[in-house]
Amino acid sequence: MSKFKRKGKGGLPAISTASLPDIVFMLLFFFMVSTTMRETTLFVSVKLPEATEVVKLEKKSLVSYIYIGPPTRTYSAMYGTEPRIQLNDSFKSLDDIRDFISSERDALSEENKNQLTTSLKVDENTRMGIVTDVKQELRKASALKINYSSRKKVDKM
Amino acid sequence: MARPVGEINASSMADIAFLLLIFFLVTTTMNVDTGLARMLPPMPDPTVKQEEQDVKQRNIFTVLVSKSDRLLVEDEMLDVSQLREKTKEFILNTEDKESLPEKEMVEIPYFGTVPVTKGVVSLRNDRGTSYKMYMYVQNELVAAYNELRNEAARAKFGKLYDDCSEEQQDAIKKLYPQRISEAEPKNVGGPR
Repeated sequence: MSKFKRKGKGGLPAISTASLPDIVFMLLFFFMVSTTMRETTLFVSVKLPEATEVVKLEKKSLVSYIYIGPPTRTYSAMYGTEPRIQLNDSFKSLDDIRDFISSERDALSEENKNQLTTSLKVDENTRMGIVTDVKQELRKASALKINYSSRKKVDKM
Repeated sequence: MARPVGEINASSMADIAFLLLIFFLVTTTMNVDTGLARMLPPMPDPTVKQEEQDVKQRNIFTVLVSKSDRLLVEDEMLDVSQLREKTKEFILNTEDKESLPEKEMVEIPYFGTVPVTKGVVSLRNDRGTSYKMYMYVQNELVAAYNELRNEAARAKFGKLYDDCSEEQQDAIKKLYPQRISEAEPKNVGGPR
């Protein structure tokens, strides 16, 4: 009595997957082009403050990062909960900043040496004391271009 | 002598591509870094004797942020939401008040000879100020300048500051020079 006749022996014909690699490769290239490599593992938790007047940080190769914040849970047993400074992949003290800046500067080519930008990624609940100390160290190292990293807040007009 | 080459089985191609894709998804980040760009003042040379810079009181806009995140602007308690307006008023000084900064005539391309304020914003904070508050204040100060620049750009060129050409932007920058000085830290809260 069925009105619709089943074609064949039932079951769907196999979908051709020949174009699947092409699709996936396309996705792969998209991600390869639009993303950057993760550089450091964070040992401190950083919740950036919000700001409306932010500018984009250009030329990532000229930027070195200083993270300041309370150590994450795995490290808080060892390093306490007070905000600490992280440079590259380890906790550092204030005195290491100058060495850090000079090594970062050495890594740059000659014409870019004074273009070095330091991006300060500071947790919003940090007290200014440690930030001021870091800024003084940066001044001593004459790394004067800095960038207070912050999230872009959508302006409520 | 060409022998027909047997077809290569490409069914595992998708798996390989997926594997690569997932590797890149995990190891890379996509976020664009944004933030407030600032220049630190160079360290004073200890061999050269520091002479007190002669800046008249009326030309300085002092912003103090206290330990408990409260704001003192020109010896007056102020809420952060009012800071932007207050800063703009200070920079503009439309009525040439005695208490607000002086102006000097400067020749600027596109604008001709116009009065430019000599005002400097001086920001000082306590060691106990929270970074969040500090950034908020910084942001408001920059916002005041940006609003003025946008207004000038719209009045003169009929578009936003960001859409102006480089020379136009330079001219506006000269009209409203951004002078935010962060005072030398004074150690009031004891040793670090």
